[in-house]
Amino acid sequence: MNENLKLKPGHIQGETGIWEMVIGLEIHAQVSSKSKLFSGASATFGAQANSNVSLVDAAMPGMLPVINEYCVEQAVKTGLALNAQINNISVFDRKNYFYADLPQGYQISQFTQPIVGEGEITIDVDDNNQTTIGIERLHLEQDAGKSLHDQHPTKSYIDLNRTGVALMEIVSKPDIRSPKEAGAYVKKIRSILRYVGSCDGNMEEGSLRADCNVSVRKAGEEFGTRCEIKNLNSIRFINQAIQAEAERQVEILEAGGEINQETRLFDTSSGETRSMRSKEDAHDYRYFPDPDLLPLEFTDSFVQGIKDQLPELPDFVKKRLVNEYGITPYDASILVEEKDFVAFYEQAATGGDGKLTANWMISELFGALKKENLLLSDSPISPETLRELISLITKGTISGKIAKDVFAEMMISRKKPSDIVEEKGLEQVSDDKEILKLIEKVIADNQDKVKDYLSGKDKLFGFFVGQVMKISQGKANPGLVNKILKEKLK
Amino acid sequence: MSNKKSIVDIPTVNKIARLSRLDIPENSKQSLANDLNNILGFVANLDEVDTSNVEPLASVTGHKLPLRSDIVTDGNIENLVLKNAPESSSGFFVVPKVID
Repeated sequence: MNENLKLKPGHIQGETGIWEMVIGLEIHAQVSSKSKLFSGASATFGAQANSNVSLVDAAMPGMLPVINEYCVEQAVKTGLALNAQINNISVFDRKNYFYADLPQGYQISQFTQPIVGEGEITIDVDDNNQTTIGIERLHLEQDAGKSLHDQHPTKSYIDLNRTGVALMEIVSKPDIRSPKEAGAYVKKIRSILRYVGSCDGNMEEGSLRADCNVSVRKAGEEFGTRCEIKNLNSIRFINQAIQAEAERQVEILEAGGEINQETRLFDTSSGETRSMRSKEDAHDYRYFPDPDLLPLEFTDSFVQGIKDQLPELPDFVKKRLVNEYGITPYDASILVEEKDFVAFYEQAATGGDGKLTANWMISELFGALKKENLLLSDSPISPETLRELISLITKGTISGKIAKDVFAEMMISRKKPSDIVEEKGLEQVSDDKEILKLIEKVIADNQDKVKDYLSGKDKLFGFFVGQVMKISQGKANPGLVNKILKEKLK
Repeated sequence: MSNKKSIVDIPTVNKIARLSRLDIPENSKQSLANDLNNILGFVANLDEVDTSNVEPLASVTGHKLPLRSDIVTDGNIENLVLKNAPESSSGFFVVPKVID
């Protein structure tokens, strides 16, 4: 057990030594378009079955795909935000496979010449751990339809509303080394997508999903054989699935077995992965350029036009927060995850203590909201009331400890912190004379301990501080109590 | 195909047939293999031409890929979409159960 505690994230202690995870992610992000990639049918979710389907999507003979300009712009915009190579010429290919929810018998995707090539992003894993993850490519492709298997004992029900909706597939390099890094990577991609507005990043509704490629190796060795875990739709599941899959692989390898390269599914109830496709030629997609579509070409000035309109990106905002408010890069990375976090923070921190505000927002406010299952937009505490609370602390009106009680009260009653402090008489006692009175009482009540202290039992000092705080009901200014007590006990 | 000698044999025919969900009668597999070899051999003639300095040509017409604006112009034709379906129910296509 002790050895396990020392393991780095992403390492697995096996019988034969320590194994390292090697992870690559394919993120499927639904483009925020009104209509589909190659047809004029609506791309919105939740409509009546097969109502958002055109004859193009249903793959009726003679129908021709025409590409959506907005989707092209979003792919370029996202590529720029990923610091990636933009390819002015790219090609659409047919990826051939048979499935009931794929009426064409192929998915239009991009294989050898994607619209976006190599790039990289920086992720913040924790307080002092920043790392760069390479982007292999980003390409545009069609989503498939939806199969419902639970409507009938022997039949599947097919809804083609999602068929042909535009996806951006963002493929990372195998640079990720732990489930935690994978989570940080997905969060970073999601915030980039949301900042540029190319995808709403909503994992619950399926507009962002990830496939994880996982293999294990001993440090310094070549990459092992990988397995792909399909369709993970939350960061928690990504974490669990990677850990479970890596442990499964270590167990097989240590027993002298081999890993079969295969597609696996994560069973969220058992927490294990299981094989999905066994046929070894299931991956033989026989890609070829789609004869219905000419290569996608655009000019440098088209790309420049999009570049000129790029909004502030998370990394830029992060740097700004660090510089302007003096907060740590990791705290800043949490605040920039969502645009509304930043807006809230800046409103709350302006003119106040930036660091303290960040601490309170991240650990107290986010913690409390999570507990209540609330979004920041539903927060009972507003930027203004948080700012007031922080200023009550920095001015010395209340102690940090009392502030937590006030905060809890604010969460329930939505009252202003100054009103709560006044109503409950929580104001910190910072008056020398009053504190002296409290100290004198504690000394008088504990003569024996005072003797012990004066004869060398230094540790008792904390006891006296504690007693003073106690009889002041936590309201005495701890700094002053320390200072005056030291003088009195000389 | 980079060389004329690439040979499509019966196992290859079986594999392509399986991937294409085609049921090929046993007695036509050899002639299919021969046909495919002939086609590949014909296309392989192109290898004799030096194209190292030739830009790939996607279209002889000089047309560019047309783009359309992001406007909803289609849909709400469930009846047409489902018209040829052998089976449908409450707006869904109904097919034999397929589960991976």
